[in-house]
Amino acid sequence: MEIIVVIVIIGALALFFIATYNRLITLRQRVKEAWADIDVQLKRRHDLIPNLVETVKGYATHESTVFQKVTEARAAAVAAGSSASPEQRAQAENMLTSALRSVFAVAENYPQLQAVQEFKDLSENLTATEDKISFARRFYNGNVRDYNTSLQTFPTNVFAGMFGFKAEQYFELADATERAVPQVKF
Amino acid sequence: MTTDSTPARLSIYDAAAANRWRTLLLIALFTALIAVLAYFVGEYFAPGGGVAALPFAFAISTGSALVSYFAGDKLILAQSQARELGPSEEPQLRNIVEALALGLGVPSPKIYVIEDSAPNAFATGRDPQHASIAVTRGLLDKLDRTELEGVIAHELSHVGNRDIRVMVLVTVLVGTVALLADWMWRSFFWTQGGRRDRDRGGAGAIIAVIAIALAVLTPIIAGLIQLAVSRQREYLADASGALLTRYPPGLASALRKIAANKEPLEVANKATASLYIANPLKDAPAFFDHLFDTHPPIEERIKRLEAMD
Repeated sequence: MEIIVVIVIIGALALFFIATYNRLITLRQRVKEAWADIDVQLKRRHDLIPNLVETVKGYATHESTVFQKVTEARAAAVAAGSSASPEQRAQAENMLTSALRSVFAVAENYPQLQAVQEFKDLSENLTATEDKISFARRFYNGNVRDYNTSLQTFPTNVFAGMFGFKAEQYFELADATERAVPQVKF
Repeated sequence: MTTDSTPARLSIYDAAAANRWRTLLLIALFTALIAVLAYFVGEYFAPGGGVAALPFAFAISTGSALVSYFAGDKLILAQSQARELGPSEEPQLRNIVEALALGLGVPSPKIYVIEDSAPNAFATGRDPQHASIAVTRGLLDKLDRTELEGVIAHELSHVGNRDIRVMVLVTVLVGTVALLADWMWRSFFWTQGGRRDRDRGGAGAIIAVIAIALAVLTPIIAGLIQLAVSRQREYLADASGALLTRYPPGLASALRKIAANKEPLEVANKATASLYIANPLKDAPAFFDHLFDTHPPIEERIKRLEAMD
């Protein structure tokens, strides 16, 4: 009789472990997929910047420091892209964003530039890409929150460390003007 | 549930899981409906013919479920005369769709335009990997960017929640049931006053009454199932769409504009009406009240969106 009880308890525990382990794997996989979405858009932004610099350079010939800054920031962001953690990448991307702002601020002073179709297309593309980055980031952070929450709640937290699950980092951009989350009632 | 601590996020994963069960339930329900209809009509034409009719009924319902699963979206898009957008057409619409798809974590769906000035939109497909969004020319012309974002977010929520598969299945199955009932109705008409009635006693008469009643009632029941399913999904898509854009007034204002426009959408019909973001037929009969509405009242939806701020 006692043997049966012991077997049942061990079986139940094993099932519980398997279910929890698989759930954590699923959640972590979602975080990785969401991160890939951000990565694609960040790379797209890196690809657009050299063209933008070339186009603006043709009109604003005396602003070399601004161009140098943005080129350096881009190189740093590209370098961070290959290996760095979300936190370090966010830092590099923030630098790049503020350098880009100054390029657009310079461009404002050249009305002829504003009329160039290529410049219009590029700035529209960059705006759209930044929009996509912010949406991809929101999805990523939502998945990180789900994963981290489930990692830190009892009883999962007791053995998550044993299996080598670690909390993931959020991807926070500095000047993203976020709208507040609306309250949903049913 | 792991999302308890974050009530503001309606996970598309949860909604998708719920819809998987809903899909199975719906197929079972429609198969039963078609089987009952076939049984009694078979009995009506020949005693014992009910059982013989069952394999045909199952074949038809399985066939239409399969067709709707694999080709339902194409049928619906073709019937709505929707044209797929080229890669450089309507860049603003494309950017909105791509950005919001990223926010929801689904692949960017194919985008279709219906050349009609009545503003409306729908989403269809069997899963997010095979999804399409169709918007009318009127929607693009009449809405500004935040409103368009609201509408697209609503449609993408249908995609993420797997509502689209349920709706495609229901649409095609309702069509099948209507078609079957129509055939039966015609065969009653052509065999009217035949010798059958003489050969049978009271049981035959009862079966005849049941068969005729079913031929009338089945399409209505099928329609009611469709309406119940679609109305309930709209509130959820409004809410998750608003969470996605973080800007409920955008969708509220879009719904107000769509409601204010009184022209019906030419390419929509009774079967596809429930797919659209707002009833495209503009025919809500006041007297049946809300039983036969394809959509929840638009004022109620706007009120709920406004309550979210």
